Amino acid sequence: MAQSSQVLLTENRRLGKQTVQFGHPPAIAGFASVVGPKEGQGPFGKLFDVVKEESLLGEKSWERAETMFMLEASRLAMRRAGTAREDIDYMLAGDLLNQIIASDFAARELSIPFLGLYGACSTLAEGLGIAASFLSYGIARHILVTVSSHFDSAERQYRYPLEFGAQRPVTAQWTVTGSGAFVLGPTGNEERTPRITHWTCGRVVDMGIKNPNDMGSAMAPAAADTIQRHFEDTGRGPDDYDLIITGDLGKLGLKLATEVLKRANVTMGDSFTDCGAIIFGNDQDVHSGASGPACSASMLGGPLLKRMMAGEMDRLLIVPTGALFSPTSFQQGESIPSVAHAVVIEMAPGEAEGRP
Amino acid sequence: MNIGQSYFWAFIVGGLWCVLAQLTVDLSGMTPAHVMVAFVSLGAILSGLGLYQPLVALGGAGASVPLPGFGHALVTGITQQMEDKGTLFGLFSGGLSATAIGISAAVVFGYLMAILFTPRGKR
Amino acid sequence: MGASKGAGAARNGSGKNAGGGRSKTSRPASSRPASPKEQKKYQKIAQQARPRPPVLINCIKAFLTGGVICLVGQGVLNYFIRIGVKPPDSGGPLAGVMVTLGALLTGIGVYDVIGKFGGMGSALPITGFANSIVSPAMEFKREGYVLGVGARMFQVAGPVIVYGLVTSVVVVLIKMAVMALTGKS
Repeated sequence: MAQSSQVLLTENRRLGKQTVQFGHPPAIAGFASVVGPKEGQGPFGKLFDVVKEESLLGEKSWERAETMFMLEASRLAMRRAGTAREDIDYMLAGDLLNQIIASDFAARELSIPFLGLYGACSTLAEGLGIAASFLSYGIARHILVTVSSHFDSAERQYRYPLEFGAQRPVTAQWTVTGSGAFVLGPTGNEERTPRITHWTCGRVVDMGIKNPNDMGSAMAPAAADTIQRHFEDTGRGPDDYDLIITGDLGKLGLKLATEVLKRANVTMGDSFTDCGAIIFGNDQDVHSGASGPACSASMLGGPLLKRMMAGEMDRLLIVPTGALFSPTSFQQGESIPSVAHAVVIEMAPGEAEGRP
Repeated sequence: MNIGQSYFWAFIVGGLWCVLAQLTVDLSGMTPAHVMVAFVSLGAILSGLGLYQPLVALGGAGASVPLPGFGHALVTGITQQMEDKGTLFGLFSGGLSATAIGISAAVVFGYLMAILFTPRGKR
Repeated sequence: MGASKGAGAARNGSGKNAGGGRSKTSRPASSRPASPKEQKKYQKIAQQARPRPPVLINCIKAFLTGGVICLVGQGVLNYFIRIGVKPPDSGGPLAGVMVTLGALLTGIGVYDVIGKFGGMGSALPITGFANSIVSPAMEFKREGYVLGVGARMFQVAGPVIVYGLVTSVVVVLIKMAVMALTGKS
């Protein structure tokens, strides 16, 4: 028992330069994923909780539809956690739209004290890390973390109108339509509960990539930087994880991140992959893969945590990646700064079994 | 040139313009919007050099339907009206008069389509 | 107990030395912004890893798509000539018909499908110009008919008209100057 993991530690510790180890690792008490039709047709289609038949959801705009995705995922996650709206102390949420309106409007409906986050597609890890910190320092009991993205709302903001007849470049990525929601709390309902044990907050890395249609190349160095830092801070390596999965590097970005890590003498094995590279099938015509905050969030809130609950994986390192640019910045010729945060999720006994 | 030949050359000339534009996008990494702008200007320049009219004579719609043909129409419109109605008048009214039908149709039908249709979600 | 069953927890016992695939000679992670030299080096790697667009296939598709659109245009043109429109006067009506076709195909949601196949083959013809006006008009209807439809309509077509007009005026002025200098007028 003594050797069995930091799960039973009681003090929060700061490891190295960027990593926090949580003394009372907060549980992911409830989680949910709601996605659009294209995601449902992908290889993980059956593992998402809800697959919508169309992506407008009967709303009058794509932006409102995105809010509805977030609301449905949030409500489902709260129900699974056995928590009512009133039991949640904070809602941490973010998305890609200007002034994060999808989250703002979902927060208006839920009426939970709200902190809006922006980390582009890395927002999930930003939220999970902050929520785990709050919980671990005992200043909250339950926190809802949720992020969303929507292909059609992102397209009109970042690229062209939907009916514009342009070809997508080979490095382009397809924004995931959907949302993932997570209720973090001191305990889970299940006997074995996924818990957040570590959080490595990434720094912003910019290698001067300017092409907004090639976000994988822009984000790969940030992902590599955070992963390398995580290993240094924790003394762990790639083999210590059943799965190391980045957010939305896409096929090209995953290749580049592996290469950058290799040049730093960190050899990633077969357990290293990327949500954006696998969420869609090769026949789905998405070029380099997927992107969007909902890419890592729907994968974590669906296939990944379900596999952990089923005992297929015990320790997961998820590294959502974000390209921190706006239409204004790239039109002004700026390069694309990127960030990645790493979160360790480990299966551990629920409160009833192992905790004081 | 008989009817059959006119179709043949329209296909070839129009197709080749599009290949040139596609190569520009694929090899230079320019966006389609930038290429559309560049090719209109290119058409105007070729027209000024006297090279576009022979292409229209050969390719017919194959030379006038692609956007360089739009640039050519602007230049010939200006030149024509400068001869007919005076230099300054032609310089500022010739271009838009020559292309008025296309632009007006696009605006009117654009508005109409916006009223009638809503974009569909992509799959 | 529960946790000790897990492979993760068991591995965790090896604690600090659990280096895994990480070599001892691992270069420490940097904590300062990347230098221009490092940026250049990475950009070279990224450039090499980037997949090449299927240029040949794209060109064939663009050729066929653009060719067919111009074929339709030629049909319209031949019709105008048959009913007695003089060739120099046929340009405007031809553009009008093609623009109308492009607008209709955009409205019913077909032009973007053609565009995905044809690339510049459907963007370069004047039907693509119509598509570039109609698509934002439809898309931004939700932002209202004045600041949405009205203002955004020229998102792509505006620059085309601006540069077309400015270039053509400059071209004609240069032509006039050259003629004056060479005394050909």
